[in-house]
Amino acid sequence: MAQTATLDTIYGLIGPLNKKSIELSTSTTFAADLELDSLTVMDLVADIEDDFDIILPLNMLPDLENIGQVADAVETIVAKG
Amino acid sequence: MDLLDKFDSIVDLRASLPFKKADPFKVVIEEVISETEAIIGGKRTILAGTNNYMGMTFYQDAIDAAKKALDDFGTGTTGSRVLNGTYGGHKALEAKIADFYGMNECMVFSTGYQANLGIISALGGKDDFVIIDADSHASIYDGCAMGNATIVRFKHNDVEHMERRLKRLPADAGKLVVVEGMYSMLGDAAPLKELLEVAKQYGCMTLVDEAHSMGFCGENGRGIAEELGVEHLADFIVGTFSKSVGTVGGFAVSNHPKFDVLRFVSRPYIFTASLPPSVVASATASVEAIKRSGNRRAHLWENARQLHAGLKDAGFAMCTKTAESPIIAVHLPDVMIGTKFWEQLLEEGVYANMAAPPATPSGMFLLRISVCAQHTSAQIDEIIARFKRTAEIVGLEV
Repeated sequence: MAQTATLDTIYGLIGPLNKKSIELSTSTTFAADLELDSLTVMDLVADIEDDFDIILPLNMLPDLENIGQVADAVETIVAKG
Repeated sequence: MDLLDKFDSIVDLRASLPFKKADPFKVVIEEVISETEAIIGGKRTILAGTNNYMGMTFYQDAIDAAKKALDDFGTGTTGSRVLNGTYGGHKALEAKIADFYGMNECMVFSTGYQANLGIISALGGKDDFVIIDADSHASIYDGCAMGNATIVRFKHNDVEHMERRLKRLPADAGKLVVVEGMYSMLGDAAPLKELLEVAKQYGCMTLVDEAHSMGFCGENGRGIAEELGVEHLADFIVGTFSKSVGTVGGFAVSNHPKFDVLRFVSRPYIFTASLPPSVVASATASVEAIKRSGNRRAHLWENARQLHAGLKDAGFAMCTKTAESPIIAVHLPDVMIGTKFWEQLLEEGVYANMAAPPATPSGMFLLRISVCAQHTSAQIDEIIARFKRTAEIVGLEV
């Protein structure tokens, strides 16, 4: 389970994309809940990468369906340095 | 469970498009009159949506060479390049392209798609990184998916965005930066000099895909890397015979001393039949001609500028400020206007390409026109006039 600080940063980045103002949680999904198209997801991934100063490889993205999975992945990558 | 049920949403989307008289995915070219005209739906139509940039499909030397090869070598090789599928013609074509690019090595593939697939999947090993532009062609994405490397994506043509990512990668890892010289949806050129210089600064190997720039960019038609004087920064250049060269097939050239080993490890090179001798012969004749085609190049660029200026003056929303390539793309506001415009334009006797997401960046609806070196300036004027008439008929405010 990801730390609050990580989740808060990700919630902050998703904020402007949350057009229907749904309540964000770790189980919120990008496709079904937030209805983000693949191009918006791409921009979001770039923002997350730049904010955490990491790389989120393209190969990993199909497994990241909700916010909690992204936060966990971010922390794993940050920990690896 | 019907395995095709998962495509129902695509079937629904297609069914929702308001086509009445034609369907852009089911166009049949009934007769080809010339490089620039065909019969579609029984009607004489200007072809303004092919990749026949240099107009080489009816080049007489290429046709003669293909006919002779058919008579001498038959209709096909029935085998892989690494088994019985390498004829003298294949080696001569590879030598011709290596010479054209001033490089030591060339591999010819059965399609341009397979050239990217074959080179990228072979170079990108388990511990390596492949760094790609977000707007890359499907063949680049599929080459990445086929290999085992970690894939890093940067924003389209954004040098600084790429550099931020390169900084985060291990200094000593194997890294391949893949970019295109010209991007085919909007017809926009890459800032190749800056991209390649930064890639080299971070110790990357580089691959440039010149599919949509070979033939008409650079003094000899080798592509944008030649035009910008940065070919020495490209470790691999990939190209195709299915656009400016006027037939089908693909190639990769390099000066790398170990390049030849890729013939034994590149699966899209090995596990498919080689190009038929007639195709090889016409490609060889065509590449030789392209080198000497300064006049065709000049006329192609005149056509592109004339079309861009004409549509811009008419008030269309152009995708590039100037004519950066023979691909001139126009923004259309939405899918309904987009489909109606495409259909009416065909009724007016102009075949162009409608491009919609996901093939286009940022969800854009485009009408793409590709000009040909064999279009006359009168034909270009006619395309502009028919665009204006179509806009009036479908109610597009320009």
